[in-house]
Amino acid sequence: MNTTKRQKQRKVLLMGKSGAGKSSMRSIVFSNYVAKDVRRLGATIDVEHSNIKFMGNLMLNLWDCGGQDGFVENYLTHQRTHVFGSVAVLIFVFDIESREFQADVVSYSNIIRALSESSPSAKVFCLIHKMDLVQSRLRVQLFEERAEYIRQASEGFKDEVEFFPTSIWDQSLYKAWTQIIYYLIPNAGTIESLLQQLAEVIDARELILYERTTCLMVTHVTRGMESQNPFIDRFERISSILKTHKQSMAKHTNLPPNIANFAEMQIKTGRFMFFITRLTENTNLAASIPPSEQVFNAARVNIMLVRPRFAELDIASKPRLGMQQAFAHGAEGGERERKDGEPAY
Amino acid sequence: MDSHYRRSSVSSHHFFPHDRHYDEPEAPPPGPSRLKPGAQLTMMRFLQDLPDAEAPPTDVTPRYHTGRLPNSKAGDGKPRLLLMGQRRSGKSSISSVVFHKLPPSETLYLETTTRIKKESMHSFMDFQVWDFPGHLDYFDPAFDVDNIFEEIGALIWVIDAQDEYLEAIMRLNTTILNLQHSYPNINVEVFVHKVDGLSEDYKGDTFRDIIQRVQDELSDHGYENAPVSFYQTSIYDHSIFEAFSKVIQKLIPQLPTLEALLNSLCSTCKIEKAYLFDIMSKIYIATDTSPTDIGSYEICSDYIDVVIDVSEIYGWDRPAENGNAEVVENGNNDAESLITMEKKGNNYLYLREINKYLALICLMGDDSPAEKKAVVDYNVGVFQDALKQVFPRAERDLPVIQTS
Repeated sequence: MNTTKRQKQRKVLLMGKSGAGKSSMRSIVFSNYVAKDVRRLGATIDVEHSNIKFMGNLMLNLWDCGGQDGFVENYLTHQRTHVFGSVAVLIFVFDIESREFQADVVSYSNIIRALSESSPSAKVFCLIHKMDLVQSRLRVQLFEERAEYIRQASEGFKDEVEFFPTSIWDQSLYKAWTQIIYYLIPNAGTIESLLQQLAEVIDARELILYERTTCLMVTHVTRGMESQNPFIDRFERISSILKTHKQSMAKHTNLPPNIANFAEMQIKTGRFMFFITRLTENTNLAASIPPSEQVFNAARVNIMLVRPRFAELDIASKPRLGMQQAFAHGAEGGERERKDGEPAY
Repeated sequence: MDSHYRRSSVSSHHFFPHDRHYDEPEAPPPGPSRLKPGAQLTMMRFLQDLPDAEAPPTDVTPRYHTGRLPNSKAGDGKPRLLLMGQRRSGKSSISSVVFHKLPPSETLYLETTTRIKKESMHSFMDFQVWDFPGHLDYFDPAFDVDNIFEEIGALIWVIDAQDEYLEAIMRLNTTILNLQHSYPNINVEVFVHKVDGLSEDYKGDTFRDIIQRVQDELSDHGYENAPVSFYQTSIYDHSIFEAFSKVIQKLIPQLPTLEALLNSLCSTCKIEKAYLFDIMSKIYIATDTSPTDIGSYEICSDYIDVVIDVSEIYGWDRPAENGNAEVVENGNNDAESLITMEKKGNNYLYLREINKYLALICLMGDDSPAEKKAVVDYNVGVFQDALKQVFPRAERDLPVIQTS
C-alpha cells in the first residue's frame, strides 16, 4: 500500500532565474489563469508546493522554487537533499531575454550537479521561455544556439535533456507540457493500445485523450488519411481552444473555472464530425470521425461502454474499493455490467 | 475573456469548411494559410469576392433589397458606414479590430490615417466602411460633400473618453447641424470610446456628460430628438462588437421580420436567447426581443470561435477516399453544434449554420432538455426556410461564384 502510494507521487521541480516565468507558467497550465492575468503574480518566496491530481493514478508533486539568488543558494546548501532527493523531473526555465545568460547557465550547472548527486535517474526538460519577445525570423536560430550552449553545460544529463521553446501567448506552452506529462504517465503504453482498439471499433479518424482540468493532451491515435492533416500542431491548438472556452464559460456562467466543464461538445459538418465527451473522471476524449450520423451515434455509444475499462486504467493496477466506488459514479452505473469494450452495433 | 493570442490564431476568413467551394486556385492552401496574418487573409478574401460585390448579378431580382437606405439614390445599394472623429480617437483601430480581426494589443502600431480609407465588407449584406482622417474639414467647399454623404447609412462619431472631449463634441454638433439640412435621415451613432481605461463611476459620469452636452447643443439649435444614439465602447472587450451590431441592425430593413421569426422560434422551442450572427464579423444582425445582456453575447461569440477553429483543423481538403459506403452519405449539409454543460442543469448551447454568412446560436433554457433536440432541429429547419425567403441572396450566390 505504502509503496504503491509512493510510486504515484512524482516529484517535479520547477526552477530557473527569478522572473523567468515559472509561476506564470504554472498558473496558466494548472490553475486556469489567462495569459494576461499573470502580471498580477508576485515573486515566489522559497518553494510553493502544489499537488496536482492527474489522470487519477498520477499525482504531480510540483515544487515551484523561487528563483532569487538567496533561495537558490539555500536549495544548494542547507536543503540540498531535501530539495533534490527523489526527483522525477526537473523543469528548468530560461528567459530568452535575460541579460546574464552566462550566469543563468552557471546556476543551471550547479543545480544539475546537485540533481545528479541526489536523483541521477531524473529527467531534465529545459524550457526557453518568452519566445514571443524575439522577432519571429530569429526565433529558430536563437533557440538552437541557446539549446546547444545549455546542453554543453548539462554534464551527466547531456544526452537526455530536452529543449522546448515556449511562450505563454501561444500554444507552444501546451506543446512542451504535453511532452513532460507524457513522460510522467506510468501506463501510457496501455492507454495508447486501448485507445487504438477503440479507434478501430468506432472507425474514428482521430482520437485524442485530454486531461480534464489542464486540457493537456495525454495521448492520441491517428488513423489513415488523417495523418496527412496539414495542421500538425492541432493537438496543442485544441488544448488552447478548450482552455479558452472553459474560461469563457466560467466567466459568463459565474462558475469557478475548475468546475465549468462541458459534459459534451458536438460539431457536425459535411466534412467531418467531431465531439468531445468525458471519458473518465480526469479525462476527456475528443474524436474526429467521418461525416455520418450512424457512425457518430455508434461511436458515442461505444465510448460510453468503454468508460469502465479506462476507469480501471485510471486507478492503480491494484484497485482499491473506495476509489472504485468513486469512479463508478463517473462511469454511468448500469453500463458496467456489460462486457467492457464490446462493440455495440 | 480576452485571449489575445487566440484572436490572432483565428483566421477569420474561414467559414464552415464545406462552404469553401469558392476557393479559387489563388486561394491559400489550408496548410500555410494559418501562417499569414488575419488581416491579409481577409483582404485576400475581399479580392476573391469582390467581382461579385461590385456587380450584383441581375438574373434574380431580390424581392426584398438588402440594406438599401432612404438616402441612397438607386445606386449600388451598398450602405456606407462613415467613421469620423478627432484624430487619435481610435477610428482605424476600431475598423481593424472589427473587420480585420487584428488583435487589440497590436492596434498600437497602426499609423495615422492620412486619406479616406474605403473598405468593402462583403457579407450577408454588402457595406462599405470609410475611415476618415481626423483632421479633415468635411464642409470645406473643396470637398464633394454630396459624394460623401449621399449613400451613407450611418455616421459613426468616435469620441475618446480618456481625452479632452469638448472640441470633439463641438465638431460633432457642427457636423450634425450641417447634415440636418440636406440629409435628415442619417443615423448618427456616437461611440464613447476607450472606456476600458476608466473607473466605473467616472465612465458613467463621462458618458452622461457627453450625452447631455450633445443634446443641449442640438436643442439650442432647434433640433429636438435628433436621431443620435450613444454607446460606450472599447476594443479590449466585446462592447465594440455589440455597438456595431446595433448600428448595423438599424440598417437592415427586414429587422422586424427577423425579430418576429426569432421570437416565435424562441417561444416554440423554449429557447432562452437566440442570436443570428454574421459569422465573419461576429456582429449579430438580429436577436429575439427578450432583454439582452452582454454576457450571453460573449458566450455566443466565443462559441463561434471554438466551432470555427475546430472546423478549420478538421475541415481540410481530404483527397477522395476509396469508394466505400460513407462517401455517398454526406452527413449534414449545414454545420451544427451543441455544448451541454455539466453543472448547469439542462442548459445547453446550440449552433446551426443558416447559410454561408449566418449562423443561429441559441442559449437553451432549463425547460428544454437536450432530449428534445430533434424538435428543435426541425423548428430551426423551418426557421431556416423562412429566412431564405427574407434573404434570397444566399441561393443567388452559389451559381455565380462557381462560374467566376
